[in-house]
Amino acid sequence: MHEMSLAEGMLQLVEEAARREKAQRVKTIVLEIGQLASVETSALEFCFAAVAAGGPASGARLVIVDVPGAGVCLACGRQLAMDSLFGVCPDCGSHRLQATAGTEMRVREMEVETGNTD
Amino acid sequence: MCTVCGCGEGETRIEGDEHVHADGTLHSHPHEHGHHHHEHGVGGDLDFGSGPAHAHAPGLSQSRMVRIEQDILAKNNAYAAENRRYFDERGIFALNLVSGPGSGKTALLIKTIELLKGKVAISVVEGDQQTSNDAERIRATGVPALQINTGKGCHLDGHMIGHALERLRPAEESLFLIENVGNLVCPAAFDLGEHHKVAILSVTEGEDKPLKYPDMFRAAEVMLLNKCDLLPYLDFDADLAEANARRVNPDLVIIRVSASSGDGLSVWLSWIEARLEAQRGKRSTTVDALKARIAELERQLAGK
Repeated sequence: MHEMSLAEGMLQLVEEAARREKAQRVKTIVLEIGQLASVETSALEFCFAAVAAGGPASGARLVIVDVPGAGVCLACGRQLAMDSLFGVCPDCGSHRLQATAGTEMRVREMEVETGNTD
Repeated sequence: MCTVCGCGEGETRIEGDEHVHADGTLHSHPHEHGHHHHEHGVGGDLDFGSGPAHAHAPGLSQSRMVRIEQDILAKNNAYAAENRRYFDERGIFALNLVSGPGSGKTALLIKTIELLKGKVAISVVEGDQQTSNDAERIRATGVPALQINTGKGCHLDGHMIGHALERLRPAEESLFLIENVGNLVCPAAFDLGEHHKVAILSVTEGEDKPLKYPDMFRAAEVMLLNKCDLLPYLDFDADLAEANARRVNPDLVIIRVSASSGDGLSVWLSWIEARLEAQRGKRSTTVDALKARIAELERQLAGK
């Protein structure tokens, strides 16, 4: 259940940005979660709703952009799609695969609501 | 994480540490949020990745999009980098021991300490959800140990280790051992500032554990296959376990050991000693470089 820690990390980034932007409310948060990042997105949503309660991001909608896994074979250089952190190179049979995309867990952007002065 | 100092929410307890914030706040979010459904749109609601996502109806809405582009683990990684700098400046070699519960991590740690403590100063951080039993077991060997109880947390994080360093103040050129919470999932994601993760798998578990929990075995530099003295009594196929681990991490160093019989420990100890030596060497190179620089500056000053 490290989704709870991730949700707390996320909330920290979001609340800092909300303060910086003088936002009253955070309506939407756009996340990039890689396919290889081992994040259970439903658990992350559940945890985020719990930790965000009572703050500016309370009730914010999470939009999760899945980033597909991709990698390169360190033995022969072939680029390949990866749906798990390990696999076999279809060309040379090596297990030495290095993920090049799909391990990210990022807060990309958020939609904030500011006061009437905006 | 707490927004006051960035530490994990509420329940973390560092042994003997009154870590209460000035406002006394505990971030207790009673789980009444229960099971009502939040309409978080995952499926096809809005695809910000591929369209005019920033467009919204003008007029009434005073909302706007703000770019963030930050890694969710950025805070933890910053604390970890701080810890790593602390270790490197002092020539300390730090290991993060990870495994599922019951792999014999603590027993292995105790054996390692007993065999090494005559040669090198050692300090230990013990992570568990509850109790200080493990730290007490370690202290019985005569080396300083600090227990961190993570409460509901499933892993140690960089910030907790930073606090532990303030408390333990490990000696220069010493060995710093962190026994993470028994959990093969979460600790893989959290860098503590250690130099290497060491995964422990015991032969009373399944051979396919590295395939079931690939993140951890990928993150580790070394795998200790523990309780090997039991192999004659089990169906466990040690070669298969090693092959599985190498499928996940082809560069993994695998050492078969037994904490109770002592088999294989000499290989493990030499692995530590070689890296500790290298770590000390790196530091003295830095110190020598600094001394040379000072001498050079002094020479320049004297010439003026």
